[in-house]
Amino acid sequence: MYTPTFDYYRPKTLDEAIALLGKNKGAKVLAGGHSLLPAMKLRVAQPAALVDIGRIKGLSAIKAGKKEVKIGALTTHAAVAASAELAKACPILCETAAMLGDTQVRNRGTMGGSLAHADPAADYPTVMIALEATMTAMGKKGERDISAGKFFKDLLTTALKADEILTTITVPAYRNFPNMGGCYLKHRHPASSYAVVGVAAMVGLVDGKVGRVSLAVGGATVNPVRCSAAESALVGSAPTDDAIAAAAAKVAEAIANPMSDLYATADYRIRLATVMAKRALMTAAQRAM
Amino acid sequence: MAKYVGTSMKRREDPRFIQGKGGYVANISLPNMAYLAIKRSPYGHARIKKINTKKAAKLPGVIAVFTGQDLIDGGVGKLPCGWNVPNIKVPTRWPLTIDKVRHVGDGVACVVAESAYIAADAVDLIEVEYESLPAVTDAKQAAEKGAPVVHDEAPDNVSYTWGIGDKAAMEEAFKTADHIVQLDLVNQRLIPTAMEPRAAVAQWNAATEDMTLWTTSQNPSPIRLLLSAFTLGIPEHKLRVISPDVGGGFGSKIFHYPEEIITPWVARKINRPVKWVSTRTEASTTDSQGRDHVTHCRMALKNDGTITGIDVKTWSNQGAYISTFAPLIPTALYLTLLSGLYKVKGIWGEMVGTLTNTVPVDAYRGAGRPEASYLIERLVDIAARELKIDPIEIRRKNFIPKNEFPYQTPVAFVYDSGDYGALFDKVEQMANYKQLRADQAEARKKGKLIGVGVAGCIEASGPAPSAVAGSLGSAVGFWESAKLRVHPTGKVQVYTGSHAHGQGHETTFAQVVADELGVKPEDVEVVHGDTAQIPFGMGTYGSRSISVGGSAIVRASEKLRAKALKIAAHQLEAAEEDLVYDQETGKVYVKGSPNKAKAFGELAFAAYTAHNLPAGLEPGFEETHFYDPANFTFPNSAHIAQVEVDADTGEVKIQKYVAVDDVGKVINPLIVEGQIVGGIVQGVGQALTEHGAYDEHGQLLTATLMEYAVPHADMFPMIETGRIETASPHNPLGVKGAGEMGTIAATVTIANAVMDALAPLGVRHIEMPLTPEKVWKAMQGSK
Amino acid sequence: MKQSVSITVNGVEHTQEVEPRLLLVHFLRDTLGLTGTNVGCDTSQCGSCTVLLDGAAVKSCTVLAAQADGSEVTTIEGLARNGTLHAVQEGFWEKHGLQCGFCTPGMIMTAVDLLNRNPHPTEEQIRHGLEGNICRCTGYQNIVKAIQYAAEKAG
Repeated sequence: MYTPTFDYYRPKTLDEAIALLGKNKGAKVLAGGHSLLPAMKLRVAQPAALVDIGRIKGLSAIKAGKKEVKIGALTTHAAVAASAELAKACPILCETAAMLGDTQVRNRGTMGGSLAHADPAADYPTVMIALEATMTAMGKKGERDISAGKFFKDLLTTALKADEILTTITVPAYRNFPNMGGCYLKHRHPASSYAVVGVAAMVGLVDGKVGRVSLAVGGATVNPVRCSAAESALVGSAPTDDAIAAAAAKVAEAIANPMSDLYATADYRIRLATVMAKRALMTAAQRAM
Repeated sequence: MAKYVGTSMKRREDPRFIQGKGGYVANISLPNMAYLAIKRSPYGHARIKKINTKKAAKLPGVIAVFTGQDLIDGGVGKLPCGWNVPNIKVPTRWPLTIDKVRHVGDGVACVVAESAYIAADAVDLIEVEYESLPAVTDAKQAAEKGAPVVHDEAPDNVSYTWGIGDKAAMEEAFKTADHIVQLDLVNQRLIPTAMEPRAAVAQWNAATEDMTLWTTSQNPSPIRLLLSAFTLGIPEHKLRVISPDVGGGFGSKIFHYPEEIITPWVARKINRPVKWVSTRTEASTTDSQGRDHVTHCRMALKNDGTITGIDVKTWSNQGAYISTFAPLIPTALYLTLLSGLYKVKGIWGEMVGTLTNTVPVDAYRGAGRPEASYLIERLVDIAARELKIDPIEIRRKNFIPKNEFPYQTPVAFVYDSGDYGALFDKVEQMANYKQLRADQAEARKKGKLIGVGVAGCIEASGPAPSAVAGSLGSAVGFWESAKLRVHPTGKVQVYTGSHAHGQGHETTFAQVVADELGVKPEDVEVVHGDTAQIPFGMGTYGSRSISVGGSAIVRASEKLRAKALKIAAHQLEAAEEDLVYDQETGKVYVKGSPNKAKAFGELAFAAYTAHNLPAGLEPGFEETHFYDPANFTFPNSAHIAQVEVDADTGEVKIQKYVAVDDVGKVINPLIVEGQIVGGIVQGVGQALTEHGAYDEHGQLLTATLMEYAVPHADMFPMIETGRIETASPHNPLGVKGAGEMGTIAATVTIANAVMDALAPLGVRHIEMPLTPEKVWKAMQGSK
Repeated sequence: MKQSVSITVNGVEHTQEVEPRLLLVHFLRDTLGLTGTNVGCDTSQCGSCTVLLDGAAVKSCTVLAAQADGSEVTTIEGLARNGTLHAVQEGFWEKHGLQCGFCTPGMIMTAVDLLNRNPHPTEEQIRHGLEGNICRCTGYQNIVKAIQYAAEKAG
């Protein structure tokens, strides 16, 4: 399989990259290339130019602070999975990255690339929603922060403008707070390895009861969703099997227009989301103890 | 005594593969080579109104663009069918279609360019105007009134019908049955997915008018024959077909494909070497696919579990064209296997082969036999449950007793040998079957869905006596050839008509020759795949290489030994009958005087110097044998699997898999175990994940490996294998086929295990693949 | 538009003008003639094309040659040293970890990466580590054994 022709630029700085994106209509940002290049090889994506940001320095660091962790957009999945800082501060990301794609994909694919591609079956977007992460983008007019809840707009569509580049993802260093636990579960497509359904749960306990919870489901809809009814149902209760099951039963309420394909119909995606939400909440609650 | 046969020799072909030196067709690079790409249909069914090639032709780097009509005007012929059942309709199939496209992937034009990248660009520039037509994709619906017509030559979409068995006996059995099990089932479409996509490279020598074609084929000689006699028109003696290292076939590389015609045709036309390499998406939409049956079947039984009748009606989806051996698979390799391991009188099976807007279907690992095993073993399993008999016990009750071989079934085959009781004894013991059942009962108490699946399967391998094949519709014979060339120094080259694409013939055949002649395996080189070197051979499929190809080697070796004895007798001045050919050392000596001897090398040298040969004996030391088997061989198997079904999601996890197979005598246990285990994993793929699915327009929904789910490493525990050996009396090695048994047995073993897990919920049958959703839905439906 | 790339493959530096769209796998196979690295799919699933890029296993069908500019690549041809097979290669031979051989180079390169990161993997970790590689022949069992052999051999 061969991609169509395109112009190729490899800027050394972010400013240069942003200028190139401004100048070349229809240009796409190339990071690890593991979402974009397969689409180009099948000729379903035919960008006129690629701006390869792979050599721009300073975009692949993981900086852990007390309250939050800043992750450079070019950080590979493998680096996330193996990061000692993240294992300490925000382990759900290590858990997620280790399930993402496969060994080779993890070695090349980047967090920023995956988020900017906004594939409904991707893993990171779901976790970012649950973590209430912040995406920092750089454009002509400088930097801006976009909350995860506002970042994913539609199928394969984000809030990023054509000449903006995602540079940093900021997530809470939740393990530094008392009694916070998280869990990501995924029902893996047997062929593509993508998430048929992915569920991310964050649970914070106060005096043995659920003080706060965030629950996100990906794969069932074009963008991951927060399950607020389920969350509300659980807040204030002890994280018993019954309480969690009752909360998880409300997951379906958050899933409007569920997707359907040969492997999993809408019904089954909702079923998976419900079962996996229960399991993820249980594990997150255990981890919070 | 055999020194090498029966030992697990490491494979001699491996050093090249593990160092990246495999000689696959796609690796060939020739000076001045041009690259071919094919424009393919995006529609399942459409009329071609107009093809505009102008833009493509103008693209810099494009050498030429050709349509189907250009090829026909240039002399190509229609692709023939090699298995003509009575009254079959074989609709026209040109290398590139000219009137209609009949499946997604059907070729309409081709481009040859300076690079593969440019060829791909140019394909996108070819404009084809289509008139979309309604499509039919289902085997049975195709034969219904009002279905879209795929070919005018077969207005009812029926290519052939066929039946076998004793219908009266079957009807009688059902009339007098205590219990009848009825089942409608679908054996789903599969995409073979050999890891190496097909490829072809052609080189035309304009000076000598010789064509060389490298192609990814399991059988280069028949391909050359078809190219010469039907499709390309270059005479056989001017056409060399080479099938070098081939990256897996599983049946899909047996057949004659359009690209094998187009590539050399274009090479001659532009007088340059031309290369075509399939993409995976092309492979999914043009390589012949497998299975795809819709079946109504039933089994008649007595209350004690005795099976008295089997009645089967199947619609077999043949796809948009009749592929080379397509009609063979659902007839003589399917309905003839309906007796399974069992002694049943009243068997009747009938088949309707239909044309649809899908990729052509032909042999895929197992080919007909997994379909037969699937339905028999599902019926037996359901019967066991309904009659409340243990699934192994009901099978034992019906086995063909070991003292009744050779056994004539009511569906044509004569089984060679077997001991099904011993087979099941061994698998029960290895799997600790009683314990599995006890564990299952415990687990059920805790609400866990544990299933234990059992299956006993039969295969007809090693096709076939040529005369029998001919009487059933074959256009070719099914013997195999071997030429053994002993060089003056005693080194041996084996030229075999079999073809290895993963089977390890370079090792096993050398083991056979080493033991036959008394030489070292490292002094034996196995040559295959090049029609300029090998005698005409029929190739590798149907698990035939060792039983038919290996037997040819044995017979050629016998001829060499006979000649060696003649030369030795002359030189040792002894009578031939007083001589011993020691197959361990290769020495020929006088009985009782082991020092009066001639070494193998000495005899070979003597044969070539010809200074001192018996009068009338021709010089040289080379023998050829064309071996026509006396019968198929009948490998058989008993497999047990334990699975757990997730009660919340329907996901199936394989916890244990034990396989005991009787593949007759084993030449190389390491290789045979590799074949069995690899086959099992492929069979599990059909049970759990694989499905070549089309929508109602004929779109293939699983055209890439993003959708089509072949098994991955993490789906399996370590599979345990065991063997019993009942030698086949049909061939000098006592061997039976080993390549397909695993696949044949594994699919139904896993299906039975899942149904066993769900039995407490009242689930009787779920169509494959048993994806989590289907299993979950079945569980819901039963509540 | 052409792009100059300089890639060190199996210890030898190669500088070439290439089209930006040239995939690393085609650079290896067609430009350099290193045909040990195979192409088995279009969508980065099968892993037949796996090579080590700066020491990490990657699918060379999903990397532009231009992206590999300045990098070091190890292919299956560069794995044996001075005629001695790598322990993983040896394991594949000893344990019959291959049949048709087509997926083998990618499997071996993935296994090398796996053992570099985790010299003593469990069976489960090996099977998980092979999720990006498809073998249609062996059923994976002997590939797992081959990697276990290599791990044991390395001690």
